[in-house]
Amino acid sequence: MTEQTALADKRDGGGKPDSAVVRDALGVGVAVGLSGFAFGVTSAGSGLTLLQTCALSLLVFTGASQFALVGALAAGGNPLTAAAGAFFLGVRNAFYGLRLSQLLALPRAVRPFAAQWVIDETAAVALAQPTRRGVRIGFAATGLSLYVLWNLTTLLGALGAEAIGDTDAWGLDAAGPAVFLALLAPMLRTGVERAVAGLAVLLGLGLLPVLPAGVPVLVAALAAPVVLWAQGRGAREGDR
Amino acid sequence: MSVWIAIGVTALGCYVVKLVGLLVPAGALERPLVKRLAALLPVALLAALTAQQTFADGQELVIDARAAGLAAAAVALVLRAPFLLVVAAAVVVTAGVRALGG
Repeated sequence: MTEQTALADKRDGGGKPDSAVVRDALGVGVAVGLSGFAFGVTSAGSGLTLLQTCALSLLVFTGASQFALVGALAAGGNPLTAAAGAFFLGVRNAFYGLRLSQLLALPRAVRPFAAQWVIDETAAVALAQPTRRGVRIGFAATGLSLYVLWNLTTLLGALGAEAIGDTDAWGLDAAGPAVFLALLAPMLRTGVERAVAGLAVLLGLGLLPVLPAGVPVLVAALAAPVVLWAQGRGAREGDR
Repeated sequence: MSVWIAIGVTALGCYVVKLVGLLVPAGALERPLVKRLAALLPVALLAALTAQQTFADGQELVIDARAAGLAAAAVALVLRAPFLLVVAAAVVVTAGVRALGG
């Protein structure tokens, strides 16, 4: 989409008061920000120190990658294999950035600072706004509220985990996979997504006993190109 | 030490991909195939991670209290419960099943 058509699309949506945008942004920022508790607890329960846990939320600041990394490290994965899985999960943020970049129209000097906030939630709120002003307010309000809360709750969660000791007894080891499932569910819109998910589950579980920790997840990522290829082939066969 | 290496590499990698999105000219990554792949990659990773963190114990596959917790989360998702409630359902049910000796 070129910048001009993007703006035309946005104008069609009409105006929306700034306060309504901020309200939407805070709703998402607070709800998701609170789930930093789950990350802090999971990370501390996986054996990371308080400093390591907080460093992840401050520096990585993209939830799925953080959960994936501590999960892989807890399973005894090699640090680079663990980081690779977390990195591939973070790649989607580049595509949010691409769309946000056109709508936010930030000066180049500001972009390195805005970049850390380019994640699922800020993109979801910002891209839903009808005007450039709305997009900017939505992005900033979601980013700020989420960044502050996510880091605060990470710290509290990690401290809490140290205080309660055995986090598994409290069922907190189920928080990580539940977060993944909650992120995954809205993505399963068509048969293609479901086929990718199904194949990835088979690969991830089937290879787990035979490959080193962390590697099966990377192999499971191949489900995406494999299903796309099969789908393209099927479409070509259909044309004939 | 190796944990810090993993944190450093992840932090750097994740920041760079965020920045790349904001810096590259529009259209560079807009090829339909690239966009499709980028949308499907998280689906594959999240599905594999959900399954592994539910059924893996080290390198063994097991069915334990976590499976019940995840089933509760799935029910909550079907009922369109908010994000935090979905996670809470998984945690509470897993803890409950464990307390009952599951």
